[in-house]
Amino acid sequence: MSTDTSKVAASNGTNPATPAGKPTKAGAAANWADERLNLSGFSKFLSRKIFPDHWSFMLGEIALWSFVVLLVTGVFLTLWFKPSMAEITYQGSYAPLRGIDMSEAMASTLEISFDVRGGLLLRQVHHWAAMIFIAGMMVHMMRVFFTGAHRKPREINWVIGATLLLLGTLEGFTGYSLPDDLLSGTGIRAADGFIMAIPIVGTYISFFLFGGEFPGDDIIPRLFTIHVLLIPALLLALIGAHLILLIYHKHTHWPGPGRSEKNVVGYPMVPNYISKMTGFFFITFGVTALLGAFFSLNPVWKFGPYDPTKVTAGSQPDWYMGWPDGALRIMPGWESHFWGSTWSWNIFFPVIVLPMVAWMVVLLLPFIEAWITGDKREHHLLQRPRNAPTRTATFVALMTFYAGFWAAGGNDIIAIKFDLSINQITYFLRAFVFLGPIAAFIITRRWCIALQRHDNEKLLHGYETGTVIRTPEGAYHEKHLPLPEDEAFAMTVRDRGRTGDEPELKKNGKLSLRAKLRAFYYDHDVDKPTAEELSEAHHHAEHEAHALAAHEGHQVDGHDFDDHRHSAIEEPLSR
Amino acid sequence: MRLLNRSVGRLSRHRRRPLAGAAVLLVALLSTGGAYAALAPASQAEQEKDNAALVAEGKELFMINCSTCHGSNGEGITTQNGKLYGPSLIGVGAASVDFQVGTGRMPMAQPGAQVEVKDPSFNQDEIDAMAAYVASLGPGPAIPDKEQYDPETYASEKEKEEAVTLGGQIFLTNCTACHNFTGAGGAMPRGGEAPSILNTDPKHIYEAMLTGPQSMDTFSDGNISPEEKKAVISYVESMREQPNYGGFNNGSLGPVTEGIVAWIVGIGVLVAFAVWIASHTTRTNQTKKGSAK
Repeated sequence: MSTDTSKVAASNGTNPATPAGKPTKAGAAANWADERLNLSGFSKFLSRKIFPDHWSFMLGEIALWSFVVLLVTGVFLTLWFKPSMAEITYQGSYAPLRGIDMSEAMASTLEISFDVRGGLLLRQVHHWAAMIFIAGMMVHMMRVFFTGAHRKPREINWVIGATLLLLGTLEGFTGYSLPDDLLSGTGIRAADGFIMAIPIVGTYISFFLFGGEFPGDDIIPRLFTIHVLLIPALLLALIGAHLILLIYHKHTHWPGPGRSEKNVVGYPMVPNYISKMTGFFFITFGVTALLGAFFSLNPVWKFGPYDPTKVTAGSQPDWYMGWPDGALRIMPGWESHFWGSTWSWNIFFPVIVLPMVAWMVVLLLPFIEAWITGDKREHHLLQRPRNAPTRTATFVALMTFYAGFWAAGGNDIIAIKFDLSINQITYFLRAFVFLGPIAAFIITRRWCIALQRHDNEKLLHGYETGTVIRTPEGAYHEKHLPLPEDEAFAMTVRDRGRTGDEPELKKNGKLSLRAKLRAFYYDHDVDKPTAEELSEAHHHAEHEAHALAAHEGHQVDGHDFDDHRHSAIEEPLSR
Repeated sequence: MRLLNRSVGRLSRHRRRPLAGAAVLLVALLSTGGAYAALAPASQAEQEKDNAALVAEGKELFMINCSTCHGSNGEGITTQNGKLYGPSLIGVGAASVDFQVGTGRMPMAQPGAQVEVKDPSFNQDEIDAMAAYVASLGPGPAIPDKEQYDPETYASEKEKEEAVTLGGQIFLTNCTACHNFTGAGGAMPRGGEAPSILNTDPKHIYEAMLTGPQSMDTFSDGNISPEEKKAVISYVESMREQPNYGGFNNGSLGPVTEGIVAWIVGIGVLVAFAVWIASHTTRTNQTKKGSAK
């Protein structure tokens, strides 16, 4: 049976493959555009783009697609939201607030929630997508750092990513503040306090931002402009730059047979990744839509309009601002007075200094690491977290630091739900944010080193089969089998010894700071086995396999080595 | 009906007799007097007698169940090192007893940062007796009547709706700071808590406002008037009856639980999907069955 090949283009060389006959109308239009815009060239470039396959490479897409959801739902919300602090009397359909004076911002948020068809759903989808947008950025950042994808040449993309995280947080905070309900008003009031805690200029900045004394009637329109215009534009531009750099650098991939620093092994954009990415977009949209449909988020009608005389228990920011809030909650009440001015260290340190320093540390992580190791090579193959124990431990320590403050942000909820004293939680967390990261660092590093040893064990002695063998002498041992070659190869693709430039000694012959840090960075690292060790191990394994071969394939009936051998089937089931 | 008309007609024939006025007056006086005697609360003397019996019964219960901490005359007990073992109950009023015992807080299982809410140990009659005894120790707030606290007793739906709006504003100004925006509860220093009032009986909410148990402020009638107290209760009740417009309310605890949902449900599900998508490749990287590993 022969295949009809008349419809298949005959040429794939220099001459364009054109089917015979007149082009269709759509084809003619496409050709017209292609001749002027080089669409085919561009789409050829993009559609042949190779992406490697691993679930962790899709975490950034969670952030990307939830950002798209944010843009779509955000546009919908702007059609009804009135960013105005003009006071009106609410006359909408939510009865318990009817007749109450509130800002137009709050009234229009209630209108979106109760009078606009699908308004509450879209509002909740928007808010859930925002929560997931920032969470997605964070899990993506963790993946990048734990696998060493931040190394040269991708440091700038790391910086862009960290900036996106900061901007996303600010975008979230401005959005959270817009409805002018009791919760968001409390948030703005807190932000005003934070700003005023900045020594000397704080009060000036506050007056500048609020157009006078808090709350004034400028802050909502100003935050609105920042929320729908300024930050989204910056986010879009930086996401664009992030993706262009991703395409320019090409994606990193895991080591394996046929994978090197010079290639990318994976599947092309078309047809594979275009469908996977589109699918994942719809899944992200679906998950945020289901969250919006089934989980209540910021029920503004229960909070009522903001009024500086009111506050509610459980006033917390959204999760991504939770850790500075937690730092504020556990900070001792230090305050100084100089020449009639108050210096509120208790606010300035935890909410202004700490987040800024933390952000700078995250921003500089790739540069600090490269400086310590002196590794100036390009890296396109990823590292397993265990193969960079100090790096992994550093980031886990930072995460523990974050987690301590994060928990402090919910100290009141923890207190009532676990029947604890809020004071004891505070005392515990004050110590934990300093000691926890140190403990986490030590544990993680030792854990990584132990896993490195385990890898070597598996390479040299094979994996555990779960088959326990009793030797004729009565000794027991577990049968090990050699790893599949692909797996063994992937495990051994890593540098031997301390990579990077050796630091020079100082003029006085002592170790420089970099030398000390570098020694600490690589300390206790377990090297992969040498070729000789591996070949000897293989030899040993073969010998062992040969020795055990005699016992292979027999049913174990408990009489393997005595004179009563009989099949298990002959044994009666019950006696 | 006809029978009634006839009898009225027969009676009315005598309406102009000289003694008619006096007779009607006599009948009227007798009937109102009789009705009063039959329906009105027991006479002053009788009432006092009843109350004395109630107080006596209450005192007996008090001696057995309360006096260990509050003293045999409700005067309170101070330990040797000056700590308060049980506060004086003189002047706390019947409302306080009804709240503390009615919600199961008293008798207390053990002293601590927060008095535990348990199933009440006494029935309402016993509580009333103890309340009468404590009320007899000194003047204090009385147990409120149903009309004072029950939102069902508003004359019209409109009146109730207005009360809910007013009550909401009072609630958000005075109560949410500790009890949270829906009354789900909040933390107080040193292990105390402003308890959840999502399931509290309206009478007990009223009494709590009136007597200020534990760390709670006392909202006297001069501070929040009885009508306003009832409005607050109406708001709290209406919040309970309100459907969850936005979906599952995550315990009504605000952004902390919302963040937990975002991470566990949102990111959790999306990462699971990412694993799923990445594990379904066009060409499988698993070794074919039967081929050598």
